[in-house]
Amino acid sequence: MEYHLTLPVSKDKIKKLKVGDIIYLTGKIFTARDETHHIMLEKDKLPFDPSEMALFHCGPLMKKDKSKWIVVSAGPTTSSRMEIFEDNFIKKFGTNIIIGKGGMGERTEKALQKYTGVYVAYTGGAGALAADKIDEVIGVYWLEELGMPEAAWIFKVKEFGPLVVAMDSYGESIYKRLKKR
Amino acid sequence: MDLENIKNGIVELIKKAETDLPPDVVNALKYAYKIETGVAKIQLDAILKNIDLAKKTKRPMCQDTGIQTFFITVGIDFPKILDLKTLIDDAVKIATIQIPLRPNTVDPLTGLNHKDNIGSYIPYITWEFTNGNNVSITAFPKGGGSENMSKLGMLKPGVGIEGVKNFIVDEVIRAGGNPCPPTVVGVGIGGGADLALKLGKKALLRPVGTHSKDKKIAEIENELIKRINDSNIGPMGLGGKTTVLDLHIEIAHRHPASLPVGIVVQCWANRRAHMIIYKDGSWEVK
Repeated sequence: MEYHLTLPVSKDKIKKLKVGDIIYLTGKIFTARDETHHIMLEKDKLPFDPSEMALFHCGPLMKKDKSKWIVVSAGPTTSSRMEIFEDNFIKKFGTNIIIGKGGMGERTEKALQKYTGVYVAYTGGAGALAADKIDEVIGVYWLEELGMPEAAWIFKVKEFGPLVVAMDSYGESIYKRLKKR
Repeated sequence: MDLENIKNGIVELIKKAETDLPPDVVNALKYAYKIETGVAKIQLDAILKNIDLAKKTKRPMCQDTGIQTFFITVGIDFPKILDLKTLIDDAVKIATIQIPLRPNTVDPLTGLNHKDNIGSYIPYITWEFTNGNNVSITAFPKGGGSENMSKLGMLKPGVGIEGVKNFIVDEVIRAGGNPCPPTVVGVGIGGGADLALKLGKKALLRPVGTHSKDKKIAEIENELIKRINDSNIGPMGLGGKTTVLDLHIEIAHRHPASLPVGIVVQCWANRRAHMIIYKDGSWEVK
């Protein structure tokens, strides 16, 4: 099945998504790699509300044109690095759509099941293509401390995809299936 | 000699590597697109569209513009050998702003980003010397996601060539979707620990679709490609026929007690560009 969803996505709609489905997202997403996961889990108050956005494992290549940030290339980064944080992250922020590449492990799989979320795969390395689906850079946090790849970037995206549902809210995972073969 | 002009040439070289994938890689990806179906085909469709878009808009195809890596062969009669290192460092700094490149050099202890893709030992340059007066440079920006899947095995010589083959197949399968398959795998067999990995990386410079000149090694390459592709990991680890586009083996003689095997994985964006600087300072980027 193919779905075109607007963020934030309701629990009911997440439940409809099954491994192998293709989705396209419109709305707000934020990037977070290792360091941002770490900071967000430690902080009591955040400068933005992640609950209304999808989480994108991405360290984008950005360019500042006068005072405005422009996305040059922004494909996904390897998700498995965030496995050590993700279950707590989902629990704390209610994140229900995670965009990444390469798949995640058992801890994330269980959290997606418990809190009703999905992990969707975007084609790794397709950074120029992804940048073209990003309409606007809404903000950036922790840029000075963490540098461009690790900072939290907030993007407004339109029809961001194709994203393959690779782990669903029923404990199914494409990666697990392939491992069993 | 106009050193400024050579510096601009090196910036062009980096731009070519970051924005324009070599035809041997593109052709292998097009073939994979042809034989795949379903989700695997969707991945390759996105990859091919992305390659086109990057080339047309002169933008880096992947946001991970890599660690700037160069293989240089210097003709010993080239008049400005001592200036080459500074020219490369300066070109990397300019390229970082101009193309742009993602600032990818981070202090290993503090995590602080140096912001200009320069740092201790980086850009990483392998120097070789030859007769003549030209300089040949291959730019090989290397992404982190695939580099993380590199492996060194100090195998026991008793496991023999079958043990070597099993080690390679197991490790590439274990990497799954992490290194952005379909990948190109470089393998170094023999030498010491450092040489095995170095040969693995050098093996990636060989064009996709070409085999070792040594018939026996070429046979092993073919066997390993088949075994890995039979795993069904597929593009991006989402299932499919194409997990590797190619696998290249280079060998070195080893110590009787050691059997080092270095595996270096390269994502589908097997970025390479080549440049020649002539003795009068003129240059060509291919």
